[in-house]
Amino acid sequence: MGVRYLGAEVQRMEDPRLLAGHGRYVDDITMEGMLHAAFLRAPMAHAKIRSIDSSRATELLGVHRVITHADLGAKYSHRMNQLYPAPVIEQDKTQYPLAKDEVCYVGETVAVVVADSRAIAEDALALIEVDYEALPAVVNIRTALDDDAPLAHADLSSNLMGKMRSSFGDIEDSFEKADHVFSAAFMQHRGGCHSMETRGVIARDDPWGDGLTLWTSAQSPYLIRRALATWLDESEERVRVIAPDVGGGFGPKAGFYPEEIAISLAARIMKCPVKWIEDRREHFVSTTTQRDQHWDLEVACTAEGKILGLRGKVTHENGAYVPYGILLPNSSLTPLPGAYSIPAIDVSVDIVFTNTVPNSPVRGAGRPCGIYAVERMVQVVSRELGIDPAEVRRRNYVRSDQMPYETGAKLRGGAPCIYDSGDYEALLEKALDLSDYNSFKERQAAARAEGRYLGIGVSSCIEDTGMGPYEGTTVRVESSGKVAVRTGAASQGQGHHTMIAMIVAGNLGVKPEDILFESADTAKFSHGIGTIGSRVAANVGPSAHDAASQVREKALKLAAEVLEASEADLDIEDGLVRVNGAPDLSISLGELAVKLTPMSAMRVPTGFDPVLEATSFDGSSGAPIACGSNVAEVEVDPGTGEVKVLRYSVAHDCGVMINPMVVHGQIVGGVVHGIGNALFERMIYDDQGQPLTMNYGEYLLPLASEMPRVDVTHMETPSPLNSLGVKGAGEGGTIPAAAAIVAAIENALEEFSVEIDYYPVDPQYLTELIDKGKVQAAE
Amino acid sequence: MADTRDIEVTVNGESHAANVETRTSLGDFLRHGLGLTGTHMGCEHGVCGACTVMVDGEAVRSCLMLAVQTNGHEVTTVEGLAEDDGTLSPLQEAFWKHHGLQCGFCTPGMLTSLTAFLRDNPDPSERDVREAISGNICRCTGYQGIVDAALDVAKTMQKGS
Repeated sequence: MGVRYLGAEVQRMEDPRLLAGHGRYVDDITMEGMLHAAFLRAPMAHAKIRSIDSSRATELLGVHRVITHADLGAKYSHRMNQLYPAPVIEQDKTQYPLAKDEVCYVGETVAVVVADSRAIAEDALALIEVDYEALPAVVNIRTALDDDAPLAHADLSSNLMGKMRSSFGDIEDSFEKADHVFSAAFMQHRGGCHSMETRGVIARDDPWGDGLTLWTSAQSPYLIRRALATWLDESEERVRVIAPDVGGGFGPKAGFYPEEIAISLAARIMKCPVKWIEDRREHFVSTTTQRDQHWDLEVACTAEGKILGLRGKVTHENGAYVPYGILLPNSSLTPLPGAYSIPAIDVSVDIVFTNTVPNSPVRGAGRPCGIYAVERMVQVVSRELGIDPAEVRRRNYVRSDQMPYETGAKLRGGAPCIYDSGDYEALLEKALDLSDYNSFKERQAAARAEGRYLGIGVSSCIEDTGMGPYEGTTVRVESSGKVAVRTGAASQGQGHHTMIAMIVAGNLGVKPEDILFESADTAKFSHGIGTIGSRVAANVGPSAHDAASQVREKALKLAAEVLEASEADLDIEDGLVRVNGAPDLSISLGELAVKLTPMSAMRVPTGFDPVLEATSFDGSSGAPIACGSNVAEVEVDPGTGEVKVLRYSVAHDCGVMINPMVVHGQIVGGVVHGIGNALFERMIYDDQGQPLTMNYGEYLLPLASEMPRVDVTHMETPSPLNSLGVKGAGEGGTIPAAAAIVAAIENALEEFSVEIDYYPVDPQYLTELIDKGKVQAAE
Repeated sequence: MADTRDIEVTVNGESHAANVETRTSLGDFLRHGLGLTGTHMGCEHGVCGACTVMVDGEAVRSCLMLAVQTNGHEVTTVEGLAEDDGTLSPLQEAFWKHHGLQCGFCTPGMLTSLTAFLRDNPDPSERDVREAISGNICRCTGYQGIVDAALDVAKTMQKGS
C-alpha cells in the first residue's frame, strides 16, 4: 500500500468543468416558480426608523410582496443569535434580520422586496418610503471611547464592546532590566472580502416534504444550519444547507447573515423558492469586513537586540454589531510573540463599536495584524540599534531545539499556544538566498546612482492552523467500484476535491478519478465545522486518510476470506484486490462492496458489518504551527509616492505538502492579498459613517499589472500533531506580507527618515511623509 | 409595460431569436435568457472583467453591453471555447496545467479576454500578458498561474507556426 499521490503535483479534478463554464454557483441554480428578492438598506449610518410605507412598491407590476420587520410577526421578531458567546463581551449587539426601529450602519437590511425578477425588485426599492430620524454616528475608533463620543446604538452605555488581554511572563522585570525601551504607534487597516462571487442565497421551504433548504455561498454550512434552526426554533433535521460552488470566501462568508434568515422567511411567506444575489454595491456595505486597529506598543531589549518584553494597548474596530464574537481581537493577540522567543508580553485590547459594517475575519483574521505588530517592533529595534533586520531576527527566533515551544499565549478555546515544529532561522536563510538579500546593497547603490530608490524588507511569521475539533470524512465503496467520499467542509477554491481524492485513492488503492466527491451539504454528512483558519488540510486530511485505511482493512479482510488467501499476501491496485504471486486470483472492491450490501434474503458474511464504508473524525491533536519568512524588494518614486514591488520571495513551511501545486497557489494568492492590504485596499467612511469607496474604481484591488512574480520555496517540517504531518497553508502568504512591504518602503526612503504608521500606504500619504522628512532634514 | 425588442443573435455558433427588455444587459440575457451560466457577473460596473465575452471576436464586458446591441452579431462565451466534443482549448488546458484557477469565478472572463488577446498578440512578453488581464480581477491566484498559462500557450503556438 502507499500514499502514492501524497506530495505529487496532481492537476486539480475540479478544474475541467470550471474551465468549460459548467460550475454551479448559487446564481446558476434556477427552480420552478422561483421569485427574486432585493433588499432595501439603510442610507444613514445611524437613525431611528419612524415609519415605513411600502404601499407604492407593492403596487408595482411584478412585485409580489414587500416584507419589513413588522410583517414577520411575534415568532420572528427577535435579534439574531450570538454564534460565539464569550464572557469578555460586555455589551452584545446582534442585528434583526430586518431592522426594527433603529439602523446602525449604512447597508443594514430594512425591507425585502419579492418580485418576478431581480430588476423589478430593485425598481420597487425606490418606491419604499422610510421616515428616518438621523442620529449622530461614531466612526473613528481613536475617539469612540471619549466621554462625548456619539453612541453607536441608542441604548449603549458606552462604545466599549469588551476588553481582552494577553499577558504572560514578568513584564515589569523585562522592562526594568532592559538596556533599551523603544515605542511605536501605528494604525492597521485591512479591507473587505471581495471574493469575485458576491454572496447569494436561494431558500425553498417545503413544510410537508424536505423542510427548509438553503443554497448559500458560504464557508460554514453547518454553522448556518444550526444558527438558522436555533433562530427559527426548529429542528436542525428540518433545515438543510448546501454550499454549491463558491466563488471565493476569504473569511466573510464564514458567518451567518441577516439575508439568510430574511430569504428563508420570504420563501416561507411566499410558499415558493426565493433567490437573492448580492450586487457589488451591496457587498461593499453589507458583507462583513475587517478594517481598523490602532496599536501603541513598547518593546524592551538588550543592547544586542534581544527582545525581552512587549507591552501596550490596542483599539479594535468592531463595527456596529457582533456577528462573530471576539474572534478577531482574539486572533490578533494569539500570534504574539510571533516567531520569536519573547519571555514577557502584556497587550490589552479595547473592542469598540462604530456605525460601520460589522467586523469579521478576512484572510488570516487577526493574525496579519498581530504579526505586523511584532514585526514592526522588531524593525524598530533593528533601526534604533543599527542591526541588520535579518540579524535581529536571528537573535530572537524560537530555535528548533526549543520545540515544542510554549509561548505563554492562549489559543481560541483557552488551550496554550505551543509551536509544534519548525526551523525559523533556516527558513529565513532560504528566503534571504531566494531574494539575493546579500547582494541587495549593491543593487540599491546602483539604482541610487540612477536616481532610483530601492528598498528591501524582511518579515517572518508563524500561523496557528488546523483549529479543532475535527472535520470528518466518510469513505464508501459502491457496487461499481467507485468510491463515494463525503465531508462537511465547503470549498471556495482550495482544491479540496483533489486533495482528498489523492489521500483516499492512494490509501485505498484506486485511481483519483474513481473518487466521487461530495461536500458542504448538511444532508449528506452528519456534522462539519467550516473552512476557516487554514484548518481543512490538517483536519480532513487525517480523517480521509483514516477512513480510507479502515475501508482498506475491511476490504482486505473480506477479500482474504473470499479468495482463501492470507491478508498479508493481498494488495489493492486500481480497485482490484490481488493475491501476490497468483495473478489470476483477484476480486474487485466493487464486488466486495456488493457482498456487504446484499439484496433481500441474502446474508452479510459473518464477522462483518454491513456496507464497505468507514467514517473518521481523526484530526489534529492541537494547532499545527506553520511558519514563513518573506523578503520584499520595492522601488519608490519619492516624487509621486508610487511603490512598485519588484521582487517578492517567500520561504514557507506548512509541514508535509499534500499537493505542492495547490500549496503554491495558496501562498502566491495569499501574498497578493497581503500586498493589497499593504498598498491598495482601503474602505473609507466619512465622519458621518457614509462609505466613500463603493466600487472598484474607488476601492483598489491588486491587479496583474501591479503584482510582482512571487518566488516561493518550501521546507517540510512535519507536524507531530496529525497522522499526515500536515499544517495549514491558506493564510501563510497573507500574514507577513504587509510588514515586509512597509519595511521595504522605509528602507527605500531612509534618507527621508520616513516612518510609516499606517497601511495601506497610498501615494498621497507617502508623499506627505517624504515631504515631512525633507522639511525636517532642512531644519 | 416593459420596453422590449426582438433580436437575433448567434451565440457559440447557434442562432437565437429572442424578445428582450431593452434594459437587459448582455450578461443577464446570456445567463438567464439562454441559461449560459458560465459567464459570471462579478461587479456589474465594468471593472472586474468576470463577465467578459467575445462579440464578433472582440473581448467585451457583458455587464456594460445591452442584449439588444448584439442584434445581428456573434457572441462567444466560455461555453464556446472548447471543441464540440468537449476537448478543452489549448488555453483552457494551460490554465489547468498551471493552476490558473482556484474558485473558478473569474476564470471565464480570463479565458475569453486572453483568447482574444493571444489571437492578436501571438508572441507576448510577461508584461504584455499582465497588462492584457489588468481589467480582470482575480482574488484567489495572485495571477501567476494565469500569466504562466498564457505564456505557455503563446510559446506552443509559436513553435507550431
